[in-house]
Amino acid sequence: MSSVDAPKMGGTGGDEKPRVAFWNDPEKRGYLFQALLFVVVGYLVYAAASNAIDNLTKQKIATGFGFWNNTAGFDIGQRLIPYETTSSYGRAFWVGLVNTLLVASIGIVFATMLGFIIGVARLSKNFLVNKLAAIYVEVIRNTPLLLQLLFWYNAVLKALPEVRDSVAMPGGFFLNNRGLFMPEPVFGASFSWVTWALAAGLMGYFAYGRWARKKQERTGQQSPVLLVGLGLVIAVPLLVYFAAGQPLSFNIPDLGRFNIRGGVQVFPEFVALLLGLVIYTAAFIAEVVRAGIQAVSKGQTEAAYALGLRPGPTLDLVVIPQAMRVIIPPLTSQYLNLTKNSSLAVAVGYPDLVQVFMGTVLNQTGQAVEVIAITMAVYLTISLFTSLVMNWYNSRKALVER
Amino acid sequence: MNTQVVSASSKAYVRQEPAAVLPPPGSLIGPLAWIRDNLFSSPSNILLTVVAAAVAYISIPSFLNFLIFDAVWTGADREACIAKNGVVPGACWAFVRERVNFFIYGFYPVDQRWRVDLFFVLGAIGVAWMLWLKAPRRDIGMIYFLVVLPLVSYYLLGGAAWLGLPAVDTARWGGLMVTLVVAGVGIVASLPLGILLALGRRSKLPVIKFFSVMFIEFVRGVPLITVLFMANTMLPLFLPDNITVDKLLRALVGIGLFASAYMAEVVRAGLQALPKGQYEGAMAMGLGYWQMMRLIILPQALKVTIPNIVNTYIGLFKDTSLLLIVGIFDFLKAIETARIDPQWAAPTTSTTGYAFAAIVYFLFCYGMASYARAMERRLSVADKR
Repeated sequence: MSSVDAPKMGGTGGDEKPRVAFWNDPEKRGYLFQALLFVVVGYLVYAAASNAIDNLTKQKIATGFGFWNNTAGFDIGQRLIPYETTSSYGRAFWVGLVNTLLVASIGIVFATMLGFIIGVARLSKNFLVNKLAAIYVEVIRNTPLLLQLLFWYNAVLKALPEVRDSVAMPGGFFLNNRGLFMPEPVFGASFSWVTWALAAGLMGYFAYGRWARKKQERTGQQSPVLLVGLGLVIAVPLLVYFAAGQPLSFNIPDLGRFNIRGGVQVFPEFVALLLGLVIYTAAFIAEVVRAGIQAVSKGQTEAAYALGLRPGPTLDLVVIPQAMRVIIPPLTSQYLNLTKNSSLAVAVGYPDLVQVFMGTVLNQTGQAVEVIAITMAVYLTISLFTSLVMNWYNSRKALVER
Repeated sequence: MNTQVVSASSKAYVRQEPAAVLPPPGSLIGPLAWIRDNLFSSPSNILLTVVAAAVAYISIPSFLNFLIFDAVWTGADREACIAKNGVVPGACWAFVRERVNFFIYGFYPVDQRWRVDLFFVLGAIGVAWMLWLKAPRRDIGMIYFLVVLPLVSYYLLGGAAWLGLPAVDTARWGGLMVTLVVAGVGIVASLPLGILLALGRRSKLPVIKFFSVMFIEFVRGVPLITVLFMANTMLPLFLPDNITVDKLLRALVGIGLFASAYMAEVVRAGLQALPKGQYEGAMAMGLGYWQMMRLIILPQALKVTIPNIVNTYIGLFKDTSLLLIVGIFDFLKAIETARIDPQWAAPTTSTTGYAFAAIVYFLFCYGMASYARAMERRLSVADKR
């Protein structure tokens, strides 16, 4: 601190800084505060670290990430990548992470669909529709997600009938207290042609969309983008599918006395978590959508009508693009919330990252610091990555002001 | 109208008085018109109405039947609620009635439960004092709510030998009381901490800004569960081993820090909404930083963010349910424990327990949400001037 020469500086000169003690000089005081904070935080970190090292050596807990390659020795019910009890803790981590991403991504798709429907219904002039949507939003938003998860899991899915009394649904679906059993698609050798046709159709759709937009900007003429797009994305793969001799069959689950053979089993934990997350997040998305649509002033619609646009194009070309600009940022934070809330899986026993890694692995290894740091780092990475993408999107879509 | 001219040219066919205002035609007012406008204005609207009516017709009666008409209200054990003649009755309210004390107090000693009741009353007084904007001496209310109430509650619930209150270990606390204690501590702690963090984030001092941003973004980027796990398993590691931290206190630290990061962002939005002239005006008056914040900036910034602050509190209140995952006996845990008790093993016990929990959480959260909405209306009226 350069307080030593402060008294000398004063003097009589008019241009000189006024003579003030250093604790009254905001700039120097700022440095002091910052140094103080730095020292305090530094000391806290140092004390915590040295205590932790002390405690860990006393409790004979290993440190470091060596446990990553040790044998896990526990089983995980739902796994999308190969995993056995002899696999390593690192493998268990990946299984949990994939499960988290699975439930989050499927949840985001369904929550968006349901949320947009409810949000638009909330703005409907139809009294009944409006009130039903309002009741949905209020009830769901004002009860804890954990309570809803427990309800779906314990009161609804666990109360489903036993395997031999399974509820048989058309198309080879069976529902019982061990989950939902679905036909498993079996892809024939020539199915790859269909995949390629789908990829080609998608690319064609995007190319046509670009061309149509350019054409509209140039001449003002609109093209049937949706119709042509549907044709490219659905009809072309379908044609190829039949041309290739229908290379897709289904392995339909077979109901036995105590078990179901074949098919794909969707675990009740997954269903409960997905149901809870979708229904809960949809209520919040509905409010986001409502606020976004209401943020577009009525004058915009009226001006569009005055220009002779019909209600359909008005919605497409005027209201929705402006509403989306308001909707997208809070919508992303709802997506992030859904992803973070998927960690409540631990309450219903769905093997997500938190349940597998921060639950079982932490209990087995006792290496709390490392395990919790890794888990938090994963969620932080997801959050920061999403914010980066959002900032990029916002800078592209932000209103360009004069 | 110039009556003199009219009377001068008085003719039988000239109207002497303005015609009486006719009522609007019956097709535009009244319940029928309302129904047509709101339910049957167009073919697509009619379709919507039919679908919505079907949804309402299927869901609402079955809800009411389960919760009220088919419900079992009295009974001593599961016999009252099991299926009779193959008919499963509705909600088993007899179970809730018998266990309601357990839901509220947990394992708190029966003869000491008046202390919890007193805590509820004192807390209700504090909340009413803070929320009622025209209440007398709200400045004292602030001190009561933020300083007196926490101290009194601490000794009242935990015990104080010098007052003749026997100590009650936090392991015996439970139920709604724990939920309210945790939510209360979160509410009282998160606002000042959040304000400090928000000011830190907007500070011109780089080190302070850096630490604030790091803390806020870190906490907001991870799920609450991981923060609770961290508080539960890592806090004891970070402290010297002669200090043991109570399990409830660990959870309180976790929840408090978590809520304050979210509160910081809410307060920051309020600070950003203030026009720069307010800062410049305060500085021109010669106010220092803290004087400026205390007298000019924060009163205005906090006022416009009251609805958002209350919304954060709603989130905090719902989040307290996560405590059951780290083994704290909160309200939801009390329900979870009671519903699997064999004494009440009946088909609808679980659903009834969850329905009761949902109603309790809903009442608290909806109450807060209504207050936030009322504040929002008040503020928007004040803005329009």
